[in-house]
Amino acid sequence: MNERLVVRGGRVIDPARGIDGILDVLIADGRVVEVRPGIDVAPARVLDARGCIVAPGFVDLHAHLREPGFEQKGTIATETGAALRGGFTTICAMPNTRPAPDCGPVLESVLERFQRDGRNRILPIGCITRSREGRELAELAELAAGGVIAFSDDGNPVADPRLMRNALALAGALGLPITEHCDSPEMHGQGAMNEGAVSERLGLSGQPAAAEAAAIARNIELAAAAGARLHIAHVTTRRGIEIIAEAKQRGLPVTCEVTPSHLFLTEDAVSGDGPEPAYDTNAKINPPLRTEADRRALLAALDAGIIDAIATDHAPHAIEDKLVEFEDAAFGISCFESAASTLLTLVARGELRAERMVEALTSRPAACFGIDRRIPGAGRLEPGVSRDVVILDPSAEVTVDPTRWVSKGKNTPLAGKLLRGEVRAVIFDGMLAQEREGAHV
Amino acid sequence: MLDAPLAEADSTHGVAWTRKDLLDTDTLTRAEIDLVLQTARGMREVRSRPVSKVSTLRGTTVATLFYEQSTRTRASFEVAAKALGADVVNLTASGSSVEKGETLIDTVSTLEAIGTDVIVMRHHRSGAPFLAARHTSASIINGGDGTHAHPTQALLDLFTMVDRLGSLEGRKVVIVGDVFHSRVARSNAWALLKYGADVTFCGPPTLLPRYFVPTVDGRRCTMATDLDEAIEDADVVMALRLQKERQRHGLIPSLREYISRYQVNPARLRKAKPDALLMHPGPVNEGIELSPEVAHGAQSLIEAQVANGVAVRMALLYLIAARSRV
Repeated sequence: MNERLVVRGGRVIDPARGIDGILDVLIADGRVVEVRPGIDVAPARVLDARGCIVAPGFVDLHAHLREPGFEQKGTIATETGAALRGGFTTICAMPNTRPAPDCGPVLESVLERFQRDGRNRILPIGCITRSREGRELAELAELAAGGVIAFSDDGNPVADPRLMRNALALAGALGLPITEHCDSPEMHGQGAMNEGAVSERLGLSGQPAAAEAAAIARNIELAAAAGARLHIAHVTTRRGIEIIAEAKQRGLPVTCEVTPSHLFLTEDAVSGDGPEPAYDTNAKINPPLRTEADRRALLAALDAGIIDAIATDHAPHAIEDKLVEFEDAAFGISCFESAASTLLTLVARGELRAERMVEALTSRPAACFGIDRRIPGAGRLEPGVSRDVVILDPSAEVTVDPTRWVSKGKNTPLAGKLLRGEVRAVIFDGMLAQEREGAHV
Repeated sequence: MLDAPLAEADSTHGVAWTRKDLLDTDTLTRAEIDLVLQTARGMREVRSRPVSKVSTLRGTTVATLFYEQSTRTRASFEVAAKALGADVVNLTASGSSVEKGETLIDTVSTLEAIGTDVIVMRHHRSGAPFLAARHTSASIINGGDGTHAHPTQALLDLFTMVDRLGSLEGRKVVIVGDVFHSRVARSNAWALLKYGADVTFCGPPTLLPRYFVPTVDGRRCTMATDLDEAIEDADVVMALRLQKERQRHGLIPSLREYISRYQVNPARLRKAKPDALLMHPGPVNEGIELSPEVAHGAQSLIEAQVANGVAVRMALLYLIAARSRV
């Protein structure tokens, strides 16, 4: 069982330890044993990684597994299988399940399911409020004792500022961050896409960028007053980034993430490339895809380190949730199995540096939620400690084909698109878990 | 198979109708719109005969599928289809399988399965006809989708304007009211810009688009908030229906203020060209967007619009259904 594995000749990028060079990686007894040039041990299985990037297993701060409650969209088994295929060896599960983990007993039963069906490491995120309804606080201390890594009401922003203030004070005392979807729904109702030229042309309801920026500003002020750690989930706007950058300059413990979808796509994906507007419900996501100016600002902020992490916001849906009128369709993009190819395409275009991409997928997210303290060696390639390795082929040309995905969610606006780069292999818990051939992701 | 009087309408300068669906005016070429208008002239002639019916579309089944209330559009399509000899099936969302939770795609597939050739569809959701069109081989005619498009209204408006003014090149058309929520305004803008008109959208800032400016070949819609200025020297003034709930949603302070600033009344209409055309897609809120004197005045084309609507819809049904027989 414990065969030795040598990943040979790849560009090893381990930002946590400042490593970036052509090196070999030896894995044995379930762990990374050595990272150096010219490893020659026998007997060992050798993975030829020349031309490839060798990185720590990816850490995702934002995923939806759908179970319990929405198994037609995805199960713990299918979605963690999809995550592993996409290189994500450690993921944080959002609490938008039914029931939602808002107290110890529900959390316990969810953790049992994770243990039984999970194919990678799953860290639970607990609710901020009971049933994520924004009225009464969830039992935060009990959830913390049960092992949650952070608190969030996921897609339901906590509207009541007094409740949010108290939640931040309690979470801060427990030493856990709140990860918040920053939006001000009272500003727009339930806008189906970005408010802008495309929404106005298509006659669709819009979410103004100001609704995100205002909520980010409010939550930063509340967190600063409470002395709590705040993580801004999926920032999408230029103004949102500027406010976060200012908070960081003040030295506040504020972190944030961006999704591959918002780095790669704009509101134009809703109307599509054809002569007739597509009203593509697979491009319907919350927060919405924004403008090209926003996308460029996100890339610049990621490059500058203002944006800490890339998180998938993986949101699988059943076909019937998307094959309806645009305003009636569910929000969300199934992302695990296209994320790496999307990001590597940005690298190939010169819009993203490979080393920054790896950092934002590994060591930085691990630090955001203190995951590296919970799971030793997570997000890094530390000899004797780390267990997960991802091998990326940046030059592969692949066509996105969700019918081949492990995820139940085939909802992607990228179907049929040609991308550059793919996950070649994934080593999880020191074992080769995935190895890919072919021209599809 | 087709009746003789219509034969000449089959093409204009060799342009033939090839589209399965009519979803909006934005992707129509000038030549295609010319063809629709020319065909509609022939249809108007048919309507003026003592027996105002032909059997051109005998054997064709047209379904009207309305998810939203409508009197004139639906009646207009039904009259148009029957005037061409087509069989007409009327469905509404209430009292049908839609109420039992059937999806749009399933409803459209069912209509196709029972032999429907053309589905005229109105829906409260923007983009719904586009979804339907992708999932059926039946033709879809958009009879109005959400706040997005209403191409047959735009084409009948264009027909009416061309009928009265001849060329629209350089003509000033002011569209006033709740432009933001108006599918009529959007579809009209595309068609008018393709015909060389100068289009002004006028209304309070909360009821105008903030980012989107319809543009065709570099010709852009003008945005205006002052009707007294915008209406000066207009050739055409088109008022839009104001939904009374806009006040409740805080988009306008009061109907009273709206009326004082945006109602087209005799004093304002006098600032337009002396023989300016007054139009409205209906139904009119008399006393709100139009004063009664203006709505029923000599410059009003509201009834002509309705009458022309039948001819234009006959033309569209004919072009689309005849295409499917080729």
